[in-house]
Amino acid sequence: MSSCHGDAPRAGLLPNPAILPPQPAHDRPIIVAIVGPPNSGKSTLFNRLTGLHQKVANFPGVTVEHRMGKAKLKDQHEVFLVDLPGVYSLNPRAEDEQVTHDVLKGERPDFPKPDAVILILDATNLGRHLVLAAPILSLGLPILILLNMADDLAVRGGKVDVSALAGELNCPVALISATKGTGIDGIQQFLLGTAVRLNAPPPRIELPVLQDVPKCRQWAAKLGVRASYKAPAPPLWTRRLDAVFLHPIGGPLIFLAIVIAVFQSIFSWAQPVMNGLQQAVLWSGRWMTHVLPNTPWRSLLVDGVWSGVGSVVVFLPQILLLFLFIGVLEDSGYLARAALIADRTMAKIGLQGKSFIPLLSAYACAVPAIMSTRVIENKRDRMATIMIAPLMTCSARLPIYTLLIAAFIPNIPILGRFFSLPAAIMLALYALGFLAAIAVARVLKSTVLKSGRSSFMLEMPPYRWPTWQSLSLRLIDRGRVFLRRAGTVIFAVAVVLWVLAHLPLQNGIAPPIEQSYAGMVGKAIEPAIRPLGFNWKIGIGLITSLAAREVIVGTLGTIYGIEGDEQSKGLQQAIHQDLSTAGAVALLIFFAFAMQCFSTLAVVKRETGGWKWPIFQFSYMLALAYCGSWVAYHVTNYFIG
Amino acid sequence: MARRKRGSDSGLNPAHRTLADISRGERCILDRLDLPEDVARRLMEMGFLPGNEVTPGRKAPGGGARVFRVDGSEVALRNDTAARLYVRRDPESDLVVLP
Repeated sequence: MSSCHGDAPRAGLLPNPAILPPQPAHDRPIIVAIVGPPNSGKSTLFNRLTGLHQKVANFPGVTVEHRMGKAKLKDQHEVFLVDLPGVYSLNPRAEDEQVTHDVLKGERPDFPKPDAVILILDATNLGRHLVLAAPILSLGLPILILLNMADDLAVRGGKVDVSALAGELNCPVALISATKGTGIDGIQQFLLGTAVRLNAPPPRIELPVLQDVPKCRQWAAKLGVRASYKAPAPPLWTRRLDAVFLHPIGGPLIFLAIVIAVFQSIFSWAQPVMNGLQQAVLWSGRWMTHVLPNTPWRSLLVDGVWSGVGSVVVFLPQILLLFLFIGVLEDSGYLARAALIADRTMAKIGLQGKSFIPLLSAYACAVPAIMSTRVIENKRDRMATIMIAPLMTCSARLPIYTLLIAAFIPNIPILGRFFSLPAAIMLALYALGFLAAIAVARVLKSTVLKSGRSSFMLEMPPYRWPTWQSLSLRLIDRGRVFLRRAGTVIFAVAVVLWVLAHLPLQNGIAPPIEQSYAGMVGKAIEPAIRPLGFNWKIGIGLITSLAAREVIVGTLGTIYGIEGDEQSKGLQQAIHQDLSTAGAVALLIFFAFAMQCFSTLAVVKRETGGWKWPIFQFSYMLALAYCGSWVAYHVTNYFIG
Repeated sequence: MARRKRGSDSGLNPAHRTLADISRGERCILDRLDLPEDVARRLMEMGFLPGNEVTPGRKAPGGGARVFRVDGSEVALRNDTAARLYVRRDPESDLVVLP
């Protein structure tokens, strides 16, 4: 979207609307912003209005994510919706609030000022939520106010006179339920009419002084009275569930049980689907070998691209399952309780409960986790959280963990059939990343990022059933991101590696791997990694996995000339012959600590506004990885002999 | 901002009582916030306005923080933040709960 194009005509549009035709004169589609306080159901509404026609994007310069989507409308109108970060007011305190503020005021050069606003408020907490209406109304844009959670309000015996409120505010107001989908038709009409409404003069009503919070609250209270608002009874179920989830003893136990259950199910439930995908990749690779003529191109396609990309795609079910769990925890409201339970522990390492949410997401992927650190208002806490997030065991580490564990760790049951030695090792690796993160956070927070005790304030939303729609949209979104990575970064690495492994030609044919360019590079770094128990083949894998951790599995597959996937018995045997058990343990430790991910470094650079922090992060993690695996190699050798 | 000289309240309610001193379920009225401007402002936006009723709820397991019911929602605060929020007892609850 060319914002300079869109902005120029718009600048003159508002002051003199009378001369404009009903259709907007500018060449960009109409943009409607969805605004609301945190926990008002903004995202659910956005999902309901846009469905699959949405994508997550970033504002340049800041890491704040916003979602943009095309509204599903009955006729040909094109209206784009943008889901802005939740705010309590337009007095920005954190970076995401700044973005909402700037977009709504038209102060972002890279993003056009929205043409209209949908303000969504929680009807069950209208008194406090109406406060946000004051600054939003003062923007002077066409506005629709939605009172969400109509179903909750009715069940808990609350009431509001919507038309009275609309009369008071001089703008359309509707009572809806974004989860159930009731009242959505009215929104469609509003969106269809936005083009016309651009010409209408902004509603004229008296607003309180926006800087004065008590005055704004009184204004909202008065509005509530005039709209005969009757607040609903307190949410009984939330109280009951909190009695369990925040129980002094039961609470932490449930917390631990949930974490363990998530990890165990990721490994057991995802397995059948992954095996199926595996077979599909193998089978289609063989099929291609069969039908294509025997040329170097076939080798590039089948051994290079297909096995390289295929070995990564296999992990899709596991990643989706992890995101599903995080989605359920977040949408149900449990994650806020988890942050509260974790706060005391986090305070001990100098962080706070809010750091827990990014750190938990980092178990799936550090990139969204680092983006989500924006909820932490204290800059130093936030920086420390960013620095340690990549130590959390992200899903990209799973391929190499799974491969090495399957190749070297015997499947001995520990607790009946529910918990085996491989699962225990896996859990230990997860714990190791976590402990390392704690240690690093402590060091950082007592040295370069020292700060006083920060405040921690977190709203505990009522518990709600997560909806299938928002869960599935979340999964589709994450799945897309993952597959795009597999189709770009991993694809490119697979091609480059295949070329390096097949050149220089000797007498017109590809050389043995030792004499290829890839082999030379591996041999060149071998002296540096020999003390860790790695040979030059692993060295090639370490280099290619600098782009993304999961690449190493495909790389090893290419090097050993075997279809690369972590379940493949052939690859397991090949690596077993080439690597001692101590070397395998060292390699696991190396991957636990090392920063092998371009995407993360890029996002850290963007987040921290320069190369200083990402370089520091890369270096300290590499040092940790090298020392850690050296120790692991020697200790394992000492015990195994 | 929202500060009041100590001792301006009636003798029954010592002005130095804070939210951290109130036990669970005991309603009280927020009097003033003794916190830096930006933190105070955010707390007020979350409902901690002088004059509003606040009721302490559950403690976080292991302590350190507590959930407070305020203005229709529940907000968790650390104890050291709660100790900077000065309160007076809800006059109505005085009738029920003996001092």
